[in-house]
Formats: sequence, structure tokens, C-alpha cells
Amino acid sequence: MAATFPATPYDPASQRTEPGATPPTLRRHAAWPDVLFSVLAHAAAWLTLLLLAAILGSLLVGAMPAIREYGLGFLVHSEWDPVQHRYGGLVMIYGTLMTSAIALLIAVPVSFGIGLFLTELSPAWLKRPLGTAVELLAAVPSIVYGMWGLLVFSPILSTYVQQPLQALFAGVPVLGTLFSGPPVGIGLLSAGIILAIMIIPFIASVMRDVFEVTPVLLKESAYGLGATTWEVMFKVVLPYTKTGVVGAIMLGLGRALGETMAVTFVIGNFNQLNNLSLFEAANSISSALANEFAEAGEGLHKASLIYLGLVLFFITFVVLALSRLLLARMKKSEGSR
Amino acid sequence: MTNRAGVTGVSCAVHRVAGNRFITQKGVPVKLSIVRSALAVAVFGAASSIAFAQEITGAGATFPAPIYAKWADAYNKATSVRVNYQSVGSGAGIQQIRAKTVDFGASDMPLKDEDLAKDGLLQFPTVIGGVVPVVNIKGIAPGQIKLTGAVLGDIYLGKITKWNDPALTALNPGVPLPDAAISVVRRADGSGTTFIFTNYLSKVNAEWKAKAGEGTAVNWPTGAGGKGNEGVSSYVQRLPNSIGYVEYAYAKQNKMAHVQLKNAAGNYVSPDDDNFKAAAAGADWSKSFYQLLTEQPGKDAWPITGATFILMYKSQAKPDSAASALKFFDWAYANGDKMAADLEYVSLPDSLKGLVHKAWADNIKDGAGKPIAYK
Repeated sequence: MAATFPATPYDPASQRTEPGATPPTLRRHAAWPDVLFSVLAHAAAWLTLLLLAAILGSLLVGAMPAIREYGLGFLVHSEWDPVQHRYGGLVMIYGTLMTSAIALLIAVPVSFGIGLFLTELSPAWLKRPLGTAVELLAAVPSIVYGMWGLLVFSPILSTYVQQPLQALFAGVPVLGTLFSGPPVGIGLLSAGIILAIMIIPFIASVMRDVFEVTPVLLKESAYGLGATTWEVMFKVVLPYTKTGVVGAIMLGLGRALGETMAVTFVIGNFNQLNNLSLFEAANSISSALANEFAEAGEGLHKASLIYLGLVLFFITFVVLALSRLLLARMKKSEGSR
Repeated sequence: MTNRAGVTGVSCAVHRVAGNRFITQKGVPVKLSIVRSALAVAVFGAASSIAFAQEITGAGATFPAPIYAKWADAYNKATSVRVNYQSVGSGAGIQQIRAKTVDFGASDMPLKDEDLAKDGLLQFPTVIGGVVPVVNIKGIAPGQIKLTGAVLGDIYLGKITKWNDPALTALNPGVPLPDAAISVVRRADGSGTTFIFTNYLSKVNAEWKAKAGEGTAVNWPTGAGGKGNEGVSSYVQRLPNSIGYVEYAYAKQNKMAHVQLKNAAGNYVSPDDDNFKAAAAGADWSKSFYQLLTEQPGKDAWPITGATFILMYKSQAKPDSAASALKFFDWAYANGDKMAADLEYVSLPDSLKGLVHKAWADNIKDGAGKPIAYK
């Protein structure tokens, strides 16, 4: 459908006029700021790559004792015993992926709604204050979300969600286990929900920005053909902005994967994988690092924690790579439609 | 021209050092010789070493951080020497003293004598503190619940899951224990508090020793983890029917319901200063400062007591800094007891302080093998 409304090709060359005179030669002498700027810009770009390589390198070196000891088995073993020096990262990896998945499941639709409302539905007077409010939410320190999650949100979750669900599904095979666990409102689900609240401002504000750059011409044409707001959104705006939307989601996911303080407050920091309940206390990679790194002794404990950091690095990398792949696929399939 | 400028520069520096001395020793008569030697040192361009000796750096355990901060503040007011203590955790403190980035390290978990010998470190205790199991059950007052170490271990193993378990009701006849699940709370971060607590559980519960063991972090069989004492106390206060363990100061300041524990002598005791002291008195400090004060024999001894320790090198490459650090601890032993008591720490018995002074004189030496003077 998108292909039926091609944007008018804008060719700058057609509007260019021939210069009337030769350019002043004096400018050549003033070129050194350009050179300086170019050097600085190059240096900044290379520094980023260099830093990335350095981080990867130091993670590898630090994790080497654990890599040698456990190899890839580290990723599938769930035991984490600092006393016996037996380490496996499955619990934290599972916790990280699960909380981020819950967070995205909640945050993406809500953010889409916010973006849609702000660009298409909101009355003009509400746009500014609402947009600013969303951006302000992004500036709240994560520890505030953590404290709020522990002291305010998790009792509510426990009383009004967990206990009714447990009563409702007690004895039901799959759902029963999914909602089991001590009724304290601390665990994977509360961590996921807190994460969702934290990443909504990021995803929503990027989505709003990209929705806003959709050419009015396209939208008005669609409305003119009798499309509803819903159809305009899904068949015009979304295809036009899909790169930006995927980017927004990845930005949110990246933040969710790495978030530490808020998660550590509400996840329960429990290094056992007894069942797959959403209400069971669990742990995430970043939370385990924050809690244990300071007191971890030299040797395997510290190496295993760094190994976990390396795993988080790879998870983030894979997520980014997948999003690139997704975008490339979307581009390819465009022509076939 | 250059000569003149140089001279002014030196005289300026001298002025500053001299001025510093005068301000520093406010109220104390300043010996001219000290000023003069300071001048001489400044002129010879070694002013930095004097400035360095005026700041002592240490890093380590979080458990004694409040009292070290208070001592440092009072000591700074008394002598203008700054003590910079970073509460980065015992493990990090041990690493920093091994890397020689600090003048002293601090740890809640004493190092074994052979480990100390390997690194050439001296370890000595500073204050004593207690770890207290606290509960949050509606209608239960502080000290109303009695527990034994074995039962406490079973709760933390996840074997006793309800407050009205027969094992608990048998210990607490007449106490209205609810038919509710126990929410177990413990530390999520590695900590000396956890070390003292798990060391106690390992002594009194064989299954705990086999399954979890002792350490600053262990493989917890059950429970939710809070970060720091404040994390655990807020979890316990928030979760109904919960049990957790915190330092005594946190339990007292937050008015949490502590439990009574049966000690090695078979008595039920409540946590307070006298009972911590009783535990410290039961240990034999004369041979080694490696003493774990859990489950001590005294009849009033609180069973989950522990000392916190300072680590310093025996052979000091920088005798000035070592002398400054020893002066600080000497001052703290002499003047810091009241401050420690205000913060709910227990100061060392005088006999033990004497042993520490002796250990300093015997062990901490400069490069030439001479004991470092700190008086």
C-alpha cells in the first residue's frame, strides 16, 4: 500500500543555478578549522570503536578463568554457589530476557498508543504539555522507580493481581505454576512492569518524533481516499516510519536489558530456578553484578560475574544485529508487494 | 630576575606550611622546632610528603563505615588530619590493601593467619557488632518470639515454611503465631553481615553447613534478597509475616521486632550491648586476632556477634602514612567508645585494646625494621 503513495522525488540538482562568478580563493587559507573539525570528528568515531574493542577485550580477559573452567556450559547451568565456587549463569540470563520480554510486551503497545495520540488524536493544546510530561518521565532516576516499585507498586500487585490470580488458577496445570510463588509481589512480573514503565517514555517519545515526520501529504491523501485514522496509522504512517519504530523499540529493549537499580529492588535477587512462575523471585545479570561485584573475591567468583557481563554484552549485540536483519528483510520484501 | 622570583616562591610556600601548622594545632602550644623542621622540609621541596601524611586513606567493609566516618570527623576536628574511608565492601577493601592503594583495609570477615602471613599483613579488631534476626508479624512484640539456631537454620533452608509450624509453636507456647507462610528475607549483596550470620547458621545447623555453608555471599536456598541492611529492613517492614537479619543498629533505629535466640549456654538472650560484650569476652584474643564471635560460650553471650577488622602491612614503605593511620586508631581506641555506643557498636574491652597496642609495636615496622612510633 505504501508503494501506491510514493513521495514526490525531490531533486536538488534541478533547482541549482550555475554560479555567476568563481568562488573566492581566500577561503583556502581558512581551511584549518575544517581540518581540525574533521580530525576531531574522525577521532571521536574511532574512539567509540576503540572503546568498544577495549571493553570487549577487558571483559574477555577478566572472564577468562571462568570461560576456561565452564566454557559454554556456563550458559545452561543454574547453580550459583559462591561458597563451593560453582557458577552457572542460567538464572540471571533467563531473568534478564524474561523481564525485558515482559517489559516490551507492555511498553510497545502503550508507547504506540501514546505516539499515535500525540500525533493524530490529541487536541492541539494538550500536545505540548503531554509530550513534555512523557519526556520528563524519562528523566526520573531509576532508583526512584525501584523504591516506588518496592514500597508502593508491589503491595498493590500482590493484593489485587497475584492473590486473585492464584485463587483463580490454583490447581490448573500450566497457569497455576505460572502464577504460583509467595504472595509478596516481588519477582519477574513486577520487575518487568517496572521496566515497562521506565522504557515507555523512551519508546513513546521516539515514536512520536518519527510519526511526526510522516509527510502530511501522504496522510491527507489517505484521509482523502476515505481511510480511517486506524488505517492511516497502520497503512501509511507505520510503513513510512518502520525504521524509526524498530529503532525506538530497540532503544527501549537495550535500556531494559541493562537496567540495574530499579530491577534489583523488585526482582528479589534469588539465584534459583525452581519453577517458571512469573511471581517467583529471580535475578537479572545487571542486578547480580551490582549486588555481588563489590564483595566478590578474586578468582572464579569475580571471573564468573565478568563472564555474566560478557553474556549481557553479547545479548545486546545479538538484539541489535537482529533488529538490523529485521529492517533489511523489511526493505527487501517492500519491492515484492 | 629569575632568582628573585624563585625566592619569593619558596618563601610563599614556607609561609603556607607554617600557617597551616598554626591553624592545625589550634589550642595546642606549637613547638618552634616543629615549625622550623616543617620549614626546612618545605624549602627542600618535600612539602608533598607532609601534606600526604595529613590524609589517611582506607577502604573496605560497609558494616563499620558509620563509626569510622564519625571517628574520622571527630579526629579531623581534633587534629585536622583527614581520614578518607571508602565503604566499598570487605572484598574490595582486601583487594585495595593488597594493591597498596590505601593505608589500611577493612574487613568484616577476618583473614586466616596463614593468608595474612602470605601478604605480610597485620589484622586487628576495632569494634564489635551484633546481627539480629527481625520479624514482622502482626501482634508480635520485640523479643516475643524465641528461636534456636537449628530452627532459624531450617527457616532459612526453606524447611519450615509456616509460622505455626510445630517446631515454632513448641518453642513459643502461648504466642499467637499465625497460619501464614514465612517470607524469608536476606542480603542480596555480598556482605560481612551475611558472613557472620551464615557462620552462625553453619555452627548450629549441620544441614545448613552442608547445603549453603558460610561466606559473604552464599547459595541461598530460599527467600528474597534486599540490597544492604536498609534493603533488608525495608523488605521486612514491607512484607507481612517476614523474617530477616540486620545489624543491631538498624533493628534498633527502625524499632523492628527482634527475636530471642538460644545461645551456646542454653539461655534465651536478647540482643543488647552487654550481650555482645559477653560474646567478645568469651574469645581468646591473646594468640590470634582471628576470632569468630558466633555461638560463644558465655551465659549472656548473644550468639550472632562479630568483630570488624583493620588490615595493615607489617613492613611499611611509607612510615609517615602508617604512623598517621596508627595515631588515628590509637586516638579512636582512647576517645571513640562513646561515639561507638551512640551508633550501637560495642567498643573493645580494655584488655583487648592492650593486645592490639602490643601487636602494633611488635609487628608494624618501617623499611629498616624499626617499630613505627605513633604516640
